[in-house]
Amino acid sequence: MLDKLQQLGAATIASVQGFGRAALMVFGALWGRPRFVKAWPLYIKQFYVVGVLSLLIIVVSGLFIGMVLALQGYTVLSKFGAEQMLGPLVALSLLRELGPVVTALLFAGRAGSALTAEIGLMKATEQLSGMEMMAVDPLRRVIAPRFWAGVVCMPLLALIFNAVGILGGHLVGVDWLGVDAGGYWSAMQANVDLQEDVLNGVIKSMVFAFLVTVIALHKGFDAVPTSEGISQATTQTVVTASLAVLGFDFVLTAVMFGG
Amino acid sequence: MTTRKLEILVGAFVALAIAALLLLAMKVANTGVTGSDQSYKLYAKFDNIGGLKVRSPVKVGGVVVGRVASIQLDPEAFQPVVTLEINSSYSNFPETSSLSILTSGLLGEQYIGLQPGFVDENVEILADGDYIEDTKAAIVLEELIGQFLFNRGNQ
Repeated sequence: MLDKLQQLGAATIASVQGFGRAALMVFGALWGRPRFVKAWPLYIKQFYVVGVLSLLIIVVSGLFIGMVLALQGYTVLSKFGAEQMLGPLVALSLLRELGPVVTALLFAGRAGSALTAEIGLMKATEQLSGMEMMAVDPLRRVIAPRFWAGVVCMPLLALIFNAVGILGGHLVGVDWLGVDAGGYWSAMQANVDLQEDVLNGVIKSMVFAFLVTVIALHKGFDAVPTSEGISQATTQTVVTASLAVLGFDFVLTAVMFGG
Repeated sequence: MTTRKLEILVGAFVALAIAALLLLAMKVANTGVTGSDQSYKLYAKFDNIGGLKVRSPVKVGGVVVGRVASIQLDPEAFQPVVTLEINSSYSNFPETSSLSILTSGLLGEQYIGLQPGFVDENVEILADGDYIEDTKAAIVLEELIGQFLFNRGNQ
């Protein structure tokens, strides 16, 4: 009984300490003026690795998710003779939910795990300690560019995902199933609001970007510096980031669209 | 890879994202068909507005000329007062025009149909802030069924 209680207490203290170390890491990386000019090549490298290299998986997934949405939506809507509402169905489900959430999940798997493994390996091979020896702050040289790259790139990726998904829905709905093209776009325009839907989706993906990036960086920075520790940290990044995204998605949806 | 090459690729990525945002803003969302600065307001009192909502369209012969800006209840007459924002490019409706609340299709959303009236020398053109007097209330299905049953009972 007492042992169980002790385990619970230890787990709680460990997780709170984890939050504290993550917050300290982000604070240390962002404290002071970011040296965008001096460290420009570092930043551009991370934007390339995190953003551009994630583009392919985002575009392909967005296209297929848009196509599947149109296909599934059409079968139900055509029963009610409401094929005209296919455009709003695809656009609203992408902009409000699927765009931000699926992008965040893919981003956690594609870029987040890579960030964790990279930083974990830097720690295991004592590159981070080497930097400290040379009076280079690893938080600002290693963490800060990756943090900004993740936080900036993921909302952009989500926007691309949404646009490609809507075009994919157009491809299936209009070109294959024969929904009227004018109806697809005009019903979409009549039902999608720039602030209510597009902007809230962007805000969602900004929150997810922060969550996923911080979790990935923290797990890598905090990894046990062995090959086993790095593999565990990478797994934890994907699991924790996905759960955090889904949990926060519910809260954000309830706040934005629930009332 | 050189920094220049990376910069070009990152630039292309950001440009793609901006293009996606523009597509979403211009083609997917309605960025205010009636710019608020280029519209004028008309008011109308209805007996019953049914399921009319703020931002419902105002149509003349099927063409959207404006939107419902707000719906309030007149505290003395207990009648709903609907504020319409009409695009100023349609600024010559006579005061004999009438409004009715219609439904697009059997299950569709409700909108306001504006029927332009006749014009002669005594009729003025509606301007900002005018009331449209001739309005027809929304058809409430329950009342319609109730009337039908009542008539059947009398026979």
